[in-house]
Amino acid sequence: MALGIGCTARPGNSRNNKTGSWRVFYPVMDTEKCTKCGTCQLICPEGCIDQNPDKTYSIDLDFCKGCGMCAEECPDKAKAISMVMEEK
Amino acid sequence: MEGSIAIAETVRLCRPQVIPAYPITPQTHIVEGLASIIADGRLDAEYICVESEFSALSACIGASTAGSRVYSATTSQGLALMTEVVFNSAGMRLPIVMGIANRAISAPLSIWNDQQDSIMMRDSGWIQLYAEDNQEAIDMHILAYKVCEDHNILLPAFVCFDGFILSHVYEPVDIPSQELVDEFLGPFNPYQKLDPKDPISFGMYATPEYYMEFRYEHDQAVHRAAEAIKKYGKEFGEMFGRDYSELVVGYKLEDADIAIVAMGSICGTVKDAIDEMRADGKKVGLLNLRCFRPFPSTDVAKALAHVNTIAVLDKNVSLGAKGAAAIEIKEACYGSNIPVYDYILGLGGRDVRKKDIKKIVELAEKGEGDMFYGLREEVL
Amino acid sequence: MVDRSIENFECGHRACGGCGVSSAVRMILKGYGENTIVVNSTGCLEVFSTPYPETAWKTPWIHSLFENASAVASGIEASLKKQGRLDTEKILIFGGDGATVDIGTLCISGAFERGHDFTYICYDNEAYMNTGIQRSGATPYDADTTTSPAGKCSTGNSLPKKDYPQILVAHGSPYVATASMAYPGDLMKKVEKARNIKGPCYIQVHTPCCTGWGFDGAKTMEIGRMAVECGLWVNYEIIDGELAAVKKVKRVPVDDYLKAQKRFRHLFKPVRNDAEIAKIQAIADKNAKKYGIDIE
Repeated sequence: MALGIGCTARPGNSRNNKTGSWRVFYPVMDTEKCTKCGTCQLICPEGCIDQNPDKTYSIDLDFCKGCGMCAEECPDKAKAISMVMEEK
Repeated sequence: MEGSIAIAETVRLCRPQVIPAYPITPQTHIVEGLASIIADGRLDAEYICVESEFSALSACIGASTAGSRVYSATTSQGLALMTEVVFNSAGMRLPIVMGIANRAISAPLSIWNDQQDSIMMRDSGWIQLYAEDNQEAIDMHILAYKVCEDHNILLPAFVCFDGFILSHVYEPVDIPSQELVDEFLGPFNPYQKLDPKDPISFGMYATPEYYMEFRYEHDQAVHRAAEAIKKYGKEFGEMFGRDYSELVVGYKLEDADIAIVAMGSICGTVKDAIDEMRADGKKVGLLNLRCFRPFPSTDVAKALAHVNTIAVLDKNVSLGAKGAAAIEIKEACYGSNIPVYDYILGLGGRDVRKKDIKKIVELAEKGEGDMFYGLREEVL
Repeated sequence: MVDRSIENFECGHRACGGCGVSSAVRMILKGYGENTIVVNSTGCLEVFSTPYPETAWKTPWIHSLFENASAVASGIEASLKKQGRLDTEKILIFGGDGATVDIGTLCISGAFERGHDFTYICYDNEAYMNTGIQRSGATPYDADTTTSPAGKCSTGNSLPKKDYPQILVAHGSPYVATASMAYPGDLMKKVEKARNIKGPCYIQVHTPCCTGWGFDGAKTMEIGRMAVECGLWVNYEIIDGELAAVKKVKRVPVDDYLKAQKRFRHLFKPVRNDAEIAKIQAIADKNAKKYGIDIE
């Protein structure tokens, strides 16, 4: 692959870096409890939470670093996300 | 007309869209000239009165990447202040043309001419052209844009002309026509640019896995520029009537025993001195270095192969070593056994006269060189 | 109307887990909309988002040096103006607090004085984080950083946090605001507003840093809220030089906010440093009075 002149690149290839491998904890999403508020999707530092067809949300574990912000900020009346330790 | 105004008028013909400018002696008349040209509606450009030279070149980076042809000018302290941006813009491979009204570097503070400012940037990856007179100064601006914007080159360029000696001197010049310059340059066609329709990340950082390869490609581009300058210099000659197809130009050099090597306006004085020395029977010639980066090693070696003595005039000094040109000339001539003598002179505007050139030739004949020439003993 | 479906910052970047900056940037890019050209100073954001050849940016993006983003943006703006592109395309500058309040001041001052049309976002994690948590002009009083460490003869950073927004107000910026990534709706609204105001706009965004401040990454927004609720961070808008809106709070003492972060732990261990905490409380009280944040 030729070098991008001047150290340049077109978008897309940060996705080659699967940051999911960083995790110690991973999020478990219970879509039954999800109130579809969209908070998790909005605040996730990775942007790896996507909306399902039924408007609930799911987390892309290829990229999730397991920070736990989504679980923390999921509204009290839902608490649809819990953090579980990775088994290694 | 005054050199600075001639340059301003020529830059106008190149149709830059953005001119970030900061004043510094002896470049001020150029940026003032351009401001006046724009204020009179003779050039449709954005003129940015930046708050420092550092910002001037930074703004050039922005405007160039956004898709505009740009111009700025500086010297000495201003160029030193921009150092970070000089290296950065070259590494980003942006075709920026900048006029340098060569001036000595502080400390001590001096507003007068020598070539230390552009010489100290020789590692930066910018092309460096040196003008002997105001005609060359303006022609080289047009030529520089052509070379820099070639998608196979993509480098910034310094067009260097001695401060005060050229910038503030009145000489008759031939300012080309707008039609010819438009035909020669064409509109700015960036290789890549900031555009939401085709987003690109510029200026990423390179880990050890990639940095060397970027530097290698940059170096290759500077070397390639030699051929590009010759090619476009020839085209320039065919179109404008003044040839720039050689990076080094000989004057009465073909049969010379002693060669003087010099850059910039001093060549004019040297030529006059050579004419007088020739009349006295001394076979002296001049090799005028028009291009310092890329350094034309092969051309230099070829041009000087037949002489028996080389005297290099350096209006700069790499302190603790020698004059920068002498070091490179020596390297180019390595293996030839021709003695190369370095004469550091003209620093901080110290005048160099025909008799000084003749004296230097005498010193070279006696094998005395590698010195600061013309020191005032009574002051030391 | 902010389009929350905009995703112009990709996964796979190398920010710490729980990074306040990357969370904020995703929100800000939604607020600023499409047709955005990003100019980025050297720092955490630039480094974790663009290690060649990987880039997380789906907008056009440029990084030059640490201190010159505003000058680069000035050049871009001039070029867009000449090309007739400035009506549709807008410039968004990201600089960390170090890049903004310290080393960037020369270029920022010039750009704001000249009145170029762009929005400058200072993501404020209150230290030079990318180089390892050194003190900047935005580091709060008594914070422990590597160049203002707490020790036997020191209680941390002995200097006040620079009131940078005021400097831009003095430059005549039409819109100067503070915001926090802990209040996403407010942040995105302010960013959208700034895009639509002609001239140089400035928003300083509080972006708590779990790595630098010493707290669990899951609590990033919680810490951000605590900063606002105790008055050490105030969210406000200054429009054409006049204070136009302030977030009011039922203010709580600074203790809980300070206790929750390792960078202030030295104020509580081995014993509570009453004198220093009182000084910090006084800063919060002064903010409250100056901006009128207390709900009566």
